[in-house]
Amino acid sequence: MTTMTTPPAMRPNTPAQVMPISSRDNAAATVDAKGSISIRDYDFFYGKTQALFGIGMEIPARQVTALIGPSGCGKSTLLRNINRMNDLIDGISHRGDILIDGKTIYNPHLEVTSLRKRIGMVFQKSNPFPKSIYENVVYGLRVAGVNDKAALDQACEQALRAGALWEEVKDRLEASALGLSGGQQQRLCIARAVAVKPEILLMDEPCSALDPIATGKIEELILELKKDFTVVIVTHNMQQAARASDRTAFFYLGKLIEYDSTLKIFTNPGQKQTEDYITGRFG
Amino acid sequence: MLPIRQRLPGESRVWLTAMGLSIGLAMVATLLGVVGWYGIGVFWPKRVIEYRVLEDGKTSQVAGVVVQRRSKIGTKGEPIEEIQLYTGNRETYGLAFRYLAVPSIKEAPTPQNILLVERVENGNLIAYPNELISLGGQTVKPDDPTFTPRLHALLEEVADRREEIYALERHEIGKISRRLNELRRSKQDSDAPAIAELEQRSTELSAKAKELRKRQNEHTLAVTLPTGEKKRYSLEKLIDAYYPNQLGTMARCGRFFANIWNFASQRPRESNTEGGIWPAIFGTFFMTILMSAAVVPFGVITAIYLREYAKQGPMVRSVRIAINNLAGVPSIVFGVFGVGFFVYFVGANIDQWFFSNKLPEPTYGTGGILWAALTLALMTVPVVIVATEEAIAAVPRGAREGSLACGASKWQTIQRIILPASVPGILTGLILAMARGAGEVAPLMLVGVVKLAPTLTIDGTWQSEDLIPFVHLHQKFMHLGFHIYDLGFQSPDSDAARPMVFATTLLLILLVLVLNLTAILMRDRLRRRFAISAF
Repeated sequence: MTTMTTPPAMRPNTPAQVMPISSRDNAAATVDAKGSISIRDYDFFYGKTQALFGIGMEIPARQVTALIGPSGCGKSTLLRNINRMNDLIDGISHRGDILIDGKTIYNPHLEVTSLRKRIGMVFQKSNPFPKSIYENVVYGLRVAGVNDKAALDQACEQALRAGALWEEVKDRLEASALGLSGGQQQRLCIARAVAVKPEILLMDEPCSALDPIATGKIEELILELKKDFTVVIVTHNMQQAARASDRTAFFYLGKLIEYDSTLKIFTNPGQKQTEDYITGRFG
Repeated sequence: MLPIRQRLPGESRVWLTAMGLSIGLAMVATLLGVVGWYGIGVFWPKRVIEYRVLEDGKTSQVAGVVVQRRSKIGTKGEPIEEIQLYTGNRETYGLAFRYLAVPSIKEAPTPQNILLVERVENGNLIAYPNELISLGGQTVKPDDPTFTPRLHALLEEVADRREEIYALERHEIGKISRRLNELRRSKQDSDAPAIAELEQRSTELSAKAKELRKRQNEHTLAVTLPTGEKKRYSLEKLIDAYYPNQLGTMARCGRFFANIWNFASQRPRESNTEGGIWPAIFGTFFMTILMSAAVVPFGVITAIYLREYAKQGPMVRSVRIAINNLAGVPSIVFGVFGVGFFVYFVGANIDQWFFSNKLPEPTYGTGGILWAALTLALMTVPVVIVATEEAIAAVPRGAREGSLACGASKWQTIQRIILPASVPGILTGLILAMARGAGEVAPLMLVGVVKLAPTLTIDGTWQSEDLIPFVHLHQKFMHLGFHIYDLGFQSPDSDAARPMVFATTLLLILLVLVLNLTAILMRDRLRRRFAISAF
């Protein structure tokens, strides 16, 4: 059995206005720390198939927001649109807008690489590169043109500490990353994502391939990371959403059904569908 | 009752597949076996047998090495057993091979004191030595214990001097005359003293070579041929001598390996039927390396564009089909294209722009190792493109997305993640390309292969035409595949060439094997390093 963490409402850095936002609410973004995400009337299409319907969400900075919902409900699609990872797919289109700190991510003058430097991403399956642990962590810095050894060393240590992996690998930074265990590999991927000092960290089911102990470590890490980053996490694990997140959004069939503080969602959901899903009646 | 043993549908077909594999393996083994047996057999020093033959009431003697036995149908339909004998002494007998009917052989002793001498010309000499005559009239008889050591010492001395003369005439004087030609072409009066000096130097070197040549004739070997004729040979024309019937097992093995080494390291002699094939080995190797250096970058960048940047659609699909069809075009077509495009167009233009002072004598506007390598690169590029495309497609999406999510651009992702992970696949393409390219003959005949190239394409001379110092990319070269064709079909003495065909084929197979093994080992190392497991 797992232990409940501090109730989200009591957390110190919760923004002053936390209001329930309906799916069509176009409230202006409240920007008090860097890394807030504002999704406005967002529709998304794979070819002719619509995957997201009129999503509107304000994701506050420096908090953990969990996206839950049954498979195929569009939560991963939304997450992958925040850093425009879906650009890789042919035939996509969208309506509406996503804003980071009040600025649209679809600005045609914006380099998508600079956007992705601000938004780190951790994937469902750990995907370390076939390089050394050190080279994995500093990859983002190297592609950004940093080649100063001292700066890289420092960033590597910082990132590995942030990823709670430093103590385990500090003596074998030159060893291949592929020799790490599954949980370590996933934490390495988190370290790799935070090494470029992003504002936002997107996590797409980061624990789905891990055992409970490794999962516990990553959850602890997420609580630690939200001091510096806005974390958006997609999860299938209700307990994980309840344990690790401040706010939870429930998606169903491409629509945002309910979005509120985690405490509210899990104790007193406003929608019948949410309640059914959380209590395990479907999904 | 349940049936005890049920026949699964299709089970009998398994035998069919196993049979297919077995036949394939048997064919490969037979091929390697035949080539290996005949190829290796060439180097084994065989015994010389003297035959006393009674033909038409006359007895005659002949000595030689048995090449093969065969049975022939005589004029009256009766079978006649024959042996083919390598008798050597071509300049005396007219032919180096002879058939003896087995019934006519009266006696076949193996004389201990018969000598087998390798020569610069006319194949081997097989004879009984009489004496070694030096310039001052000093003679040594074969029963003198100093005869063999002295003969070998003198042969070595002569061989060293022969190399010295070769170096003088080919390299030193050659270099001077090339320089002279350049100076004379430029027609500047200020060059006159330099020309005079070079001419002086050339004359000196020629005189030195002449002096050396004269000394080559100081010693003579007198012999009696098995037929009874007496002959004298200047040591200048002899290379090595030994008593084939006195060799012990160890000595025979030693000579066997020495023969292999000489074959692989020496220049060919006598329209390629004697001597070694070193220039052809070198030419094949160097051309294959050049081809690889051209085909890999070209194939890889094409594959990257096709797979990563081109918009997938009917256009790219038809380009892909075209590339695959290119791999099926007969190689001679590429040879014709190579002549038309590389030699007559690119080469001729290079000559116009950079070497116009040499025209009408072409520099790059004629077949050469560079054009041959590029022609073969063009022929094999589809293989590399297809293999690279597959390797790129096999890089897991996770690796690609992980890199992009770190803020890497598409090109950085290709360069740092996708290409390293595709290297094993690219090398697979290269291995296939090399296997095809190294053995190809037909297109090369049009774009630069020759029967006998006077110099290697890399040597110690720095010619003004060289793009890279000491590497003469414009020169013609020798190639093992063409060498085999030349020996097998163009040789004036097909009996003498036959063993060389097998030995050269064996070496070609070995060379391709070595090149492929190197690439395979490289690939395995890289695969371990770049393996993206965990996916």
